[in-house]
Amino acid sequence: MAKRTFSIGGVHPADSKISRGCKLEYLPIPPTVYIALSQHIGAPAKPVVTVGDKVKVGQVLAEPGGFMSAYIHSSVSGTVKSIGPRKDLSGNNQMVVEIAVEGDEWMENIDRGDTLVTDIPDDPKAIIEKIKLGGVVGLGGATFPTHVKLSPPPGKVCEMLIINGCECEPYLTSDFRTLLEKGEQVVIGTAIIKKALGVAKATIAIEDNKLEAIEHIQKVVNEFKSKGPEYSGIEVLSLMKKYPEGGEKQLIDAVMHRQVKSGGLPIDVGAVVDNVCTALAVYEAVQKNKPLIDNSVTVTGECFPKQANLIVRVGTPLNYVIDYLGGVPEAAAKVISGGPMMGKSIANLEAATMKGTGGLLFLTREQTKRMPESNCIRCGKCAEACPMGLEPFLLNRLAKAGDTDALEANAVQDCIMCGCCLYSCPAGIPLLDIISQARGQVMGIMRARTAAAKAAAEAAKAAAEAAKPKSE
Amino acid sequence: MTTTIIWTIAIISGLGLLLALTLYLVAQRFKVVEDPRIELVEKAMPGANCGGCGFAGCHAFADSAVKAPNLDNHYCPVGGNETMKKVAEILGYEIKEKAPMVAVVRCNGTCSVRPRTSEYDGTLSCKVKASLYAGDTGCSYGCLGCGDCVAACKFGAISMDPETGLPVVDEEKCTACGACAKACPKAIIELRKKGPRGMREYVSCVNKDKGPGVKKACANACIGCGICAKTCTHDAIVLENNVAYIDFEKCKLCRECEAMCPTGAIHGVNFPKPIDKDAIKARVKERQKKAREAAAAAAEAAKPVGEPVEPPVLRQAQEPEQFKKEESNG
Repeated sequence: MAKRTFSIGGVHPADSKISRGCKLEYLPIPPTVYIALSQHIGAPAKPVVTVGDKVKVGQVLAEPGGFMSAYIHSSVSGTVKSIGPRKDLSGNNQMVVEIAVEGDEWMENIDRGDTLVTDIPDDPKAIIEKIKLGGVVGLGGATFPTHVKLSPPPGKVCEMLIINGCECEPYLTSDFRTLLEKGEQVVIGTAIIKKALGVAKATIAIEDNKLEAIEHIQKVVNEFKSKGPEYSGIEVLSLMKKYPEGGEKQLIDAVMHRQVKSGGLPIDVGAVVDNVCTALAVYEAVQKNKPLIDNSVTVTGECFPKQANLIVRVGTPLNYVIDYLGGVPEAAAKVISGGPMMGKSIANLEAATMKGTGGLLFLTREQTKRMPESNCIRCGKCAEACPMGLEPFLLNRLAKAGDTDALEANAVQDCIMCGCCLYSCPAGIPLLDIISQARGQVMGIMRARTAAAKAAAEAAKAAAEAAKPKSE
Repeated sequence: MTTTIIWTIAIISGLGLLLALTLYLVAQRFKVVEDPRIELVEKAMPGANCGGCGFAGCHAFADSAVKAPNLDNHYCPVGGNETMKKVAEILGYEIKEKAPMVAVVRCNGTCSVRPRTSEYDGTLSCKVKASLYAGDTGCSYGCLGCGDCVAACKFGAISMDPETGLPVVDEEKCTACGACAKACPKAIIELRKKGPRGMREYVSCVNKDKGPGVKKACANACIGCGICAKTCTHDAIVLENNVAYIDFEKCKLCRECEAMCPTGAIHGVNFPKPIDKDAIKARVKERQKKAREAAAAAAEAAKPVGEPVEPPVLRQAQEPEQFKKEESNG
């Protein structure tokens, strides 16, 4: 039987998972951490500590700054040194809480033991509240606050939970190691999310380049079936390896054969997608009271001598991680946060890790060399490769002409910035750079329009209200 | 044979006449009456269609100007007051003359003073570069050097200086249409008053970071120390978000701020004489000393009486000498 995968576009970059054999390892705690207040999509968190406060591991540093926001916890114990702007990995200022580490004292309510807790709380609301208090955000890359995702808007029904274990980005192996070493916790986490959503079916989707993980998770799922009704209905699905299978919309297509409409959300087709690391974080937050204070980071690259999959406390400076493994190798020309396809090139190694940091990739000058740009020959490879069914060559031209109306009509806002177009372009045209810039511009215009429409509607409503009592 | 030829000519001619008549009638029926002044105004315009006035082009400007009740919202930066006078004459309006403006690049982070912290190998576009990261130097506010402003200029007035890596504005060619200012993602380029004989003073930095970090990133940056604002006797300098800004409407071109600036972030251009920093510094210090003494004396005098006294006046209304000289020259 042909393996399942998504139906539109996609590319097949080399796997390069050279760190797949490296076991998860705890990185020593750095002397100072810098915990950013905006580690998620949405409003930045509001700090609740002040300079000079003593904090413990797991203590709340900042509260959500709005509906779409998340709690931020201290990942270390020590003293708050400062709260202020610091340059992040792209060199832009970001508000951070600087903590000087003293010892490793945890909050008393956190269960640090290794025993598996398989009994799942009964009340979905209580589960979601615990996830919210644990500051759990989506660890697949977008860092979408999980408690928001698990509370579908009224009228929307979730039919299936998909746990994303694709890890389709080349090089990255932290999800794979998590599946292999913390499979039980991931499965319990899956059952918890399933309970919170009230769905009967959950699918753990894994690409077929991780056979050990598929076998291991299958075994765990079979074992757990006897442990209670919560654990039934969980399936393990092997998918054909293709990039970007881990994209939310692509994964829904591959698993459920349903397409999310332009501008829609997964819940519109009855799906909720969460990453395996998110499932693990949910397990820890709900069963162990441990908030999201560390995450697994793959440190890799052909030119990097000491590959590793590290569990890193949030806010650890990147150069501390790199120095622990022997420093930046001479041959490295570029350090990327994340994978080679969607990761961001790091301009400032003094920046600290965040909840969503998944990998540090070292590439040589040879590997990062850009092809000289030549004219578009209309071969259509980019359109074939685009997993969202867009026409990158057209968007590129429209972006250069600055025609935002036409860009919007051609759905530039649907671009998931996977980089398939740039990867497949034989003319070396920097399609992704130009399209993502245009996408940002168009989305800004769309947001402004929505806000203006909302304000106008409210003003009209207020005017109507004001007019009412007079007429009566 | 002859009959055929005659018939052919007659039919073709008849058809031609009929169609001509139809065309004439249709043209009469759907005639667009345009105010003849629109064409006149358009002819008086420079015809660059640059959009600097805020309209789609010269025709759109002319159309709007003819329909407008006055010319308050219409100004062609390219043609300037000359063009506007002609337009006003055609339309019989009055105009308020505007001071000529010029695009000013407010970044002085040349390659030699602003060390590179990373190497950028992406698309050569400031817009794209700014969307990716803060830039290849320690300064996240400064010029990215990819030349979006050069590409935006329709008059060939901006070019990149390969030595400094910064754009240079050719004052002769610059029409102050503002296209470069719109194209700059870092909002470095500002339209400022050209000033008498081109003389003007401006802060050539937009870095909003605090002092020490800024100094590390760029030796020529404004560190927000506020010395210029304290020195200025014309209330023309404001310090906001750790960066000084000179209000060109209030600046009297005395050059004291320029002399006092510890980093050289304040630039004076087109002055006839090079600046004598030491002399100005001595003069300012003397004045400040006197003001301090006066304040101390006032406080001393007020003390025994115990009545509230007016706060000491630190700024002197007296105009600096150099400025007086220039004023008399002009």
